[in-house]
Amino acid sequence: MGDSESESEAPKVKLRPIVRLGMFLISHSHLLSVVCCTAGVLTLLLLPLLAKNTYISENALMPGSANPMLSSQEVSEANGLVKDLTNLDLKPMASGIESQRLIAQYMSNLGAEVSFQKFYPQSNQFHPLHFFSSPDSATIRENISCSSFGLNTVGIIRAPRGDGKEAIVLVTPYNSEKIGLGEALSLGIAYSVFSLLTRVTWLAKDIIWVVADSKYGEYAAVDAWLRDYYIPVFSGLGTQYAEMCHGLEENTITERNMRDGFKRAGTMAAALVIKVVDRSEQFEDSLSIYAEASNGQMPNLDLINIVNYLAVHRQGLRIKVEKMWSLLNCKWLMILGEILESLGHLAKSLNPQWKFGIPAADYVEGTATLASSLYYQALGIPTGPHGAFRDYQVDAITLEISSRVSSNNKGRQNDFLLRGGRLIEGVIRSVNNLLEKFHQSFFLYLLTSPSKFLSVGVYMIAFALLVASLPMVAASLYAHANNLDPSFEKNKSNHPASAANELGITLRSWKWLYAAKKVLVVHLWGAVVLLLPYFICQIPNCTPTTSFVVWVLLSIFSLLILFWILGSPFYYVNASQPQQREWALLKSVTISAAFIGLCLMSVINFATAEIGALLMVPMCLMAHPLKLDVKSRKLRKFSRVACNLALGFIGFPPTAFLVFKGVFEGFDGISVSDFWNWLESIWAWSSATYLYIGMIHLPCWILCIHVILHPC
Amino acid sequence: MAHLPRRTHSILLILSIQICFSTIFAVFGSVFQEEFSEELLLKPLPDRKVLAHFHFETTAPPLSTSHGRHHHLFPKAIAQLVRKFHVKEMELSFTQGRWNYDRWGGFDPISSSNAKPPGVELWAVFDVPKDQVDASWKNLTHTLSGLFCASINFLESSTTYSAHEWGFHPSSGGLRYGTLPREAVCTENLTPWLKLLPCRDKAGLSALLDRPSIYRGFYHSQRLHLTSSEFHSSGVESGIVLEQALTVVLQHNSHKMSKTFSSETKLQPSWSLSSIFGRKVTGRCVLAKTSNVYLQLERGLVTELENLQKDNMITGPDHVGSGGLKDNPGFELSVRPEKIFNEVNSLHRKSSSVLYEYSIERYSVFEPFDLGLTWKFPVVWSCPQAPLHSSRFLMGSGNQRGTIAISFISTGLEEGFLSANIGEESCKLQADIFQVVPWYIKVYYHTLRVFVDGQPEAITNVVEKMHVSPSEDKVSPGVMELVLKFPCAVKSAALTLEFDKGFLHIDEYPPDANQGFDIPSAVIIFPNFQTSMHYLEDNSSNKSPMLSKFQEKSPVLSYTEVLLVPLTTPDFSMPYNVITITCTVFALYFGSLLNVLRRRVGEEERILKNSASKKAGRLPQLLSRLSAKLRGKEWEPPQSPSTSSSFISSKLILKVLIVAGVAVFWQYYSE
Repeated sequence: MGDSESESEAPKVKLRPIVRLGMFLISHSHLLSVVCCTAGVLTLLLLPLLAKNTYISENALMPGSANPMLSSQEVSEANGLVKDLTNLDLKPMASGIESQRLIAQYMSNLGAEVSFQKFYPQSNQFHPLHFFSSPDSATIRENISCSSFGLNTVGIIRAPRGDGKEAIVLVTPYNSEKIGLGEALSLGIAYSVFSLLTRVTWLAKDIIWVVADSKYGEYAAVDAWLRDYYIPVFSGLGTQYAEMCHGLEENTITERNMRDGFKRAGTMAAALVIKVVDRSEQFEDSLSIYAEASNGQMPNLDLINIVNYLAVHRQGLRIKVEKMWSLLNCKWLMILGEILESLGHLAKSLNPQWKFGIPAADYVEGTATLASSLYYQALGIPTGPHGAFRDYQVDAITLEISSRVSSNNKGRQNDFLLRGGRLIEGVIRSVNNLLEKFHQSFFLYLLTSPSKFLSVGVYMIAFALLVASLPMVAASLYAHANNLDPSFEKNKSNHPASAANELGITLRSWKWLYAAKKVLVVHLWGAVVLLLPYFICQIPNCTPTTSFVVWVLLSIFSLLILFWILGSPFYYVNASQPQQREWALLKSVTISAAFIGLCLMSVINFATAEIGALLMVPMCLMAHPLKLDVKSRKLRKFSRVACNLALGFIGFPPTAFLVFKGVFEGFDGISVSDFWNWLESIWAWSSATYLYIGMIHLPCWILCIHVILHPC
Repeated sequence: MAHLPRRTHSILLILSIQICFSTIFAVFGSVFQEEFSEELLLKPLPDRKVLAHFHFETTAPPLSTSHGRHHHLFPKAIAQLVRKFHVKEMELSFTQGRWNYDRWGGFDPISSSNAKPPGVELWAVFDVPKDQVDASWKNLTHTLSGLFCASINFLESSTTYSAHEWGFHPSSGGLRYGTLPREAVCTENLTPWLKLLPCRDKAGLSALLDRPSIYRGFYHSQRLHLTSSEFHSSGVESGIVLEQALTVVLQHNSHKMSKTFSSETKLQPSWSLSSIFGRKVTGRCVLAKTSNVYLQLERGLVTELENLQKDNMITGPDHVGSGGLKDNPGFELSVRPEKIFNEVNSLHRKSSSVLYEYSIERYSVFEPFDLGLTWKFPVVWSCPQAPLHSSRFLMGSGNQRGTIAISFISTGLEEGFLSANIGEESCKLQADIFQVVPWYIKVYYHTLRVFVDGQPEAITNVVEKMHVSPSEDKVSPGVMELVLKFPCAVKSAALTLEFDKGFLHIDEYPPDANQGFDIPSAVIIFPNFQTSMHYLEDNSSNKSPMLSKFQEKSPVLSYTEVLLVPLTTPDFSMPYNVITITCTVFALYFGSLLNVLRRRVGEEERILKNSASKKAGRLPQLLSRLSAKLRGKEWEPPQSPSTSSSFISSKLILKVLIVAGVAVFWQYYSE
């Protein structure tokens, strides 16, 4: 828009190169937009090639510089705990808190301070007013029943010579009702490290071990603990519910711990969530890292780097990060990878210093990882309990260790505990070395493999290229619409300028306001659509499909009502103005709105903006009234019609979701209820992606469809 | 000045002769003589650790009665410091680690006077006019900084220390208080401290201070307390009293965690002086008037031992009675104590703590003193607690605002104390809070909220007295002094204060700014509860300075945790970026300015018109006409065509080609 305005005041600045450049760009916007879009998509595909190797940026971390102190002695203690826990599970009549008490007993035997934290599960309710603010803990405790509560056990080691200002958190989620072997092993690993840390002399930060009761979900338990840690409630039920629901006061130690209440230990430096899955691995133990927190926030890259370094170079574990598995078997991706590889070879033969080729298999794997990294960041839903920490600006990751431990192989289990424990010990020791909080390395990055990353400076390019064509096209459309004006032509041919003509020029230049009003109304409707699920949720006994149908019907209804109230702006302008420019102006304003929306979203959640741009930019650029194309009866125009229809189809959020789901997971068993469920999960986690879909994507789609179906 | 030493020598000689030959003169002389005493208190702690409290006291007579500026025991540096800055009272402590109020007790003289916040704490009372106090304080911090090899001089800045009315110390006026929570404490602070002792660490009890073993401990606090009445403000003239105390909490060296988790109560580890310090006492410091070692058994422990004794009555009928636990079944001492004191306390009817005294005068290098304690039966006891367990923490997250919360939880152990007062209707539990907050934590004191037993209370109901001096940016910290009165039956209470996080100037950030910023410990005082331990002694003439210190009534005092507030920190690599951006902006600005200055507008307009008419583009024509109209001139069609444009473009292309050719050439030859 800025460019088009500067164009109108050209007489003074005509010779300025920057204006000439702007005019050049606007006049060639068709070609440039095609070039920019293809370049954007190509850069996205090239990103795995551009990934750099990770490195440990903060020198103070010094991972692996000390020999691990964890010995078989701690492991045998941990084995005792694992055995006790599994025996407890076999016992038929164990009261609800038997396992917590056992763990607390073990902790206090080590000399740690033990406390329990009781919490009540809360249902994920959509509160439109609380979308950005974290839920107020006072409002949630409406119906507390004493029977359903979770009990977190928290053990704290005070660093003997530390000043207690900082703490490192270990979290082991486990289901207190049914303890599987994996959960018992994860507790064993944490216990072995914990028992070592009570004896070491190098500890500078306190250690908090949270045994989270994942009866009502891992995230909920960790989140409840963090909420009590950071925003405790002093008044009302907050402090009294412990007395209300008794049932823990048995032995004196437990009672004392309960009474002393919530224990704290300074500012958290980092948090590690340890999980063990007994997915039977065939070859070796492997370690999966989950890092994505809400709204695509990532922990500092250094935290992942330490884990990666220690696991690979010290403990010999295989590191995995999440991948899009279906992409691995993609034919075209393989072909692309081979082409890039051969290009790399070619470049290398020309100049041996040019090294940008990577093997095709690596490329495919990198793309799959990148795609999943983008997807999970875009979704805005934390991939594990570590997400709760990020909400309080604590760097946290989930380590999921999968073993090939069979329950009867004792030696194998010991080895597994030893390696897992040594890994955790090494990470804690590194973080303990850290004087400042994590700040050296990247916070904005995408992973293409556990040891390769793309920083924000690199992955921005793809997005910037995609988005760059939008303002150019908007400006050119605007200029074009003004130039096409017949009265304008007339004005030029007979040059004695009159006052009436000038008025006409002024009126014409403000004509875009009608289009802007229309765009604004549609965006307002988007906000209304966003709020509808809140009311739909109040309807009892609703299946996802019916909710979805109700939602769609209500949306259409509200669209109609809005137009009725606001004087149907769709047809208001058309009476006096020529149709041809009307659609061009509308498209121009739509594109500008999309540009602003995408840029805003890229600040909040880059991955969402990137994926959104991939879907939206071609759709916005291609939109052209069908009527005009059909009239001309040329092959080129028909191809444009086909493109428009295809992009319009894929641009609609539900169809886009279903198509992608079908492509990646297979088309059988897909229904519209999946979309509803997906959307529900997004708003339940109050992800900004939900806002993006409702406020930017959907209105733009509607406006594009309106342009396509424009009655010219 | 030359005659002075001779005179002191002669006086000393005379004095020594008098001491040797005349008992009457000796008694008379000792009143005015400098004295030194060394004492060590050992106390087993409930969590398998041992507390060692060294207490050295040096006294110097008042200036009027002593030998001028000359001392033979008292450290000259301290005496000079006192006289120069007119210090009435001063306390300096270096602490590493945290005192565990839960496990090591919070209701005895040792914990309330020797449990200190981590880092350095300094307070001093000056006997100077009010306007000179700050200057004296600044000089004092610099002197102490040099004396103790620590960065106490950072307390000089007015943003780090505070003056207050009544919260912390009863003696008002001329008191300054400052803490450095981040100061690391090391041997280089201990060595100058030891140099103040007459025997240093070469002989006597201080020889036990083996650096590796005391710094391996769980708590380490060296304290220097100074009282002087040189300046005639108080009637009593006692000269200068220098009290040096070192409190360490140690664990038995070779101890390994017991692996048997089945047994509920474990046997406490046995220890001896040589096992916890790695050294033995090889005789006393000959300059010391008294040098004693005490072993204190706490009230709770004594009760447990008595219970144990009652159980074992059948096997061991020789019950000692109130005299003490000489042959108790719980533990065994390697050295037989010389004296046993029982605590005199009317409030605790059940049992009282016991003190074993050892005089180390009779031990030597050949017969070193090595006290050992061997437990025979597992004993579990708990230490006396302060009436309320206080903790302070931060609430909220993010870089903008937060909340400081101080929570009190009743320890439930003080019922015995309170039972005396329960008959009264308005039984109140008083707690004083003294808190200093640096200026970049902008506390809103009006947001103070009080919760008692989970219910919000009106501030006027709880807060009896309040003194707040808000912080001033870059000038002074915020100080809050509160007197709270809780009902006696209070179970839990909490105070919250909201704050905003301020911004610092880039050069005000300390090194490692990304760690966060410290809020020093708050001090919680319970003035209604006095810690005093009065031991029944056989002869009151030979009173030990440490025990008389224990007898002094002082309120129960505890420190809260140091808090770490993460503030917004700039990217410190930013200066580079800033320089780059600034340079670009300057270049653009000056470029356009020069461009405007050297431009001849009339000439350019003519050229513009010419070129416009030559090109005869529709739009430029229209625009030039528009501009002409705007200026109010007659629009004239362009006349003279310019010839240069095609020439320029061809020249430009030529130039570009030449540059590209050079670049290709260069690239080719550089390979």
